Amino acid sequence: MDLRDTPEEAAFRAELRAWLEENLPGSLRGHRGGAARFDEPEMRAWSRALYDAGYAGLTWPKEYGGGSAPYTHQAIFLEEIARAEAPPHIGVIGLGMAGPTIMAHGSEAQKQRHLAPILSAEEIWCQGFSEPGAGSDLAGVRTTARLDGDHFVVDGQKVWSSFAHIADWCILVTRSDPESSRHAGLTYLIVDMHAPGVEVRPLRQITGEAEFNEIFFTGVEVPAENVLGEIGEGWQVAMTTLLHERGTLGFALQAALEVQIRKLVALAQDRGADALQRDRIAHEWSELQALRFTNARSLSQLVKTGIPGPEGSIAKLVWSEANQRVTKLALELLGPDAPLADGNAPYGGYWQYQQLRSRGNTIEAGTSEILRNIVAERVLGLPKSR
Amino acid sequence: MDFTFTPEQEELREQARAFLADHPEASWSELAELGWTGVSIAEDQGGAGLTFIEEAVIFEELGRAAHHGPYFSTIALTLPALPDDLRAEVAAGEASWTLALGPLVSDLDTAERVAIIGGDGIYELEGAQRDILDTTDESRPLGVLRGGEPGRRLADSGVLEEIRRRALVALALESCGVARRALEYAIEYAGQREQFGKRIGIYQAISHPLADAFTKAELSRSLSLWAAWCVSVDDEQAPVAAAAAKAYACEAAVAVCETSIQVHGGIGFTWEHVLHRLYKRALWNDSFLASGTQLRAEIAGALLDGQVPEAQQAPVSVTQGG
Repeated sequence: MDLRDTPEEAAFRAELRAWLEENLPGSLRGHRGGAARFDEPEMRAWSRALYDAGYAGLTWPKEYGGGSAPYTHQAIFLEEIARAEAPPHIGVIGLGMAGPTIMAHGSEAQKQRHLAPILSAEEIWCQGFSEPGAGSDLAGVRTTARLDGDHFVVDGQKVWSSFAHIADWCILVTRSDPESSRHAGLTYLIVDMHAPGVEVRPLRQITGEAEFNEIFFTGVEVPAENVLGEIGEGWQVAMTTLLHERGTLGFALQAALEVQIRKLVALAQDRGADALQRDRIAHEWSELQALRFTNARSLSQLVKTGIPGPEGSIAKLVWSEANQRVTKLALELLGPDAPLADGNAPYGGYWQYQQLRSRGNTIEAGTSEILRNIVAERVLGLPKSR
Repeated sequence: MDFTFTPEQEELREQARAFLADHPEASWSELAELGWTGVSIAEDQGGAGLTFIEEAVIFEELGRAAHHGPYFSTIALTLPALPDDLRAEVAAGEASWTLALGPLVSDLDTAERVAIIGGDGIYELEGAQRDILDTTDESRPLGVLRGGEPGRRLADSGVLEEIRRRALVALALESCGVARRALEYAIEYAGQREQFGKRIGIYQAISHPLADAFTKAELSRSLSLWAAWCVSVDDEQAPVAAAAAKAYACEAAVAVCETSIQVHGGIGFTWEHVLHRLYKRALWNDSFLASGTQLRAEIAGALLDGQVPEAQQAPVSVTQGG
């Protein structure tokens, strides 16, 4: 047990920190407003710069344009970009979900076609999983894919899709066997978002902005070779995607929370905090450290044995609730200024925005209820509720 | 960065868990025979020359077993104050100690010798009368000392800071062991007990609180092991890490025990079930030395008024803009 960076990790961190200092445009610093708040050309250029410097897809194999680096480098990368308040690579869905799924289930041709443009930010991906009638219960998807000769015809509606308004490709879970139900008869497709019949409508959310979208598919033709995995095996492929969505996220979430708590401390120093508020600040700081070292434990286990420890499954659950508490505490510290917004509020409305945005944290990427089911059933081994 | 135990440390844990399951009332000399009392004592004083990490493993297991004995008071509270010859006696199992940090002294029923703080030094107290008091946790009574004379000067009182950190972390680790055991009982029970024709673990009213209890237990363990590592290498974050671990893990263990009792229903409320012993140990640990509220006040002081050293010397951003 040694919780310090190894000399090699310290060198990587120092080099990355210097690179960020040199290359992060001032206009992007502190820009953590989510998918709807950025300037697309600027974000693409930033992502390209990350790619050119070798920081995109650090753990991906070299043959697909990645760095073949250890997981610890990815963890350090996520920590450092959060500490520098640099935005992530624009290809959030491609890097975190589509890419790993293609690597696990894709044909060689699919890997050659799709992986490199994800890293270089030439192509952006979105996710078509949830539907109006299939949220937490993904097995209820009704978007259909009918095989017609050498292509599928896709009809249906997807929802809560970040980046869909600028995406080139979509990872889409469809029902290909109309006679099937639940987990059987699903097929996982790679869909060209520029194909005729694809329509994207922004969804305005609680913050007033539109980070998510609805996607409508009307008679969209998808070549049969765009199946990922096997026809009818879409559920298994989708589980790989969700494993990655929840699995590789821990360090990014921890680093984001670290930035929040640093800002919370600065806010308390600036505006003052009473004894009860100080108690809560100390509690949130403690829980952040607990989350950080829980991720470290899980990562160490992963590096040593290839299997992440069970403690890793709680990162998103802990982070989402902590972020909600922290942002509400910040509003409390703002006192009578708390109801103000945007330019009329202190600090440009940062906390008002963060507090509203945080409400989604316990819903997106697996609701807290679903995550508790997963912990109860898969980690604790309690009897299955469904 | 490596946050795993060595195979030898894992082996020590397995040995400790198995031994304490078979010998819940193990005596001080039995613990010494296993080498536990001399873990961090130098080899030329008869110890194993290891670190606080190995002691951390033992604290966690002793907590899990709600062990009754002077290990906490000797190893966490007194050892840093002992000169070499007295350390050798501890390693050999010939002596156990406690340190009077206040009027209520821990493990006074089992510790053979007593140290006290006087002025700028720590001394052995000789010839004192001991009154053992009733405590809700019968496995860890408190006592008061009457009379007696200061004897040998053991150490400068400068060592008290280290002692406090070790004690805070030891209690945190004990509570991690307590929480884990209480959770295991609840998981086992929820997987067997049937009501309304189903095993109760199926109901989310049961399973979600248990998922939260698991979460609290794991967060506690991460904090406590981090704090133990900080103590073992004398990291500059050791004071805040120890405070955070004690506050968080000791409160969490109380909450996890309460969840476990609730999941057990009436059985969990009986004297017959072992849960109440774990619960009482959790409560004892939470109240000894400093409460969570006091420790968080210290942490807030360091965060807001002082300086908390950063592990990786990250640049601190004071910008507030979004």
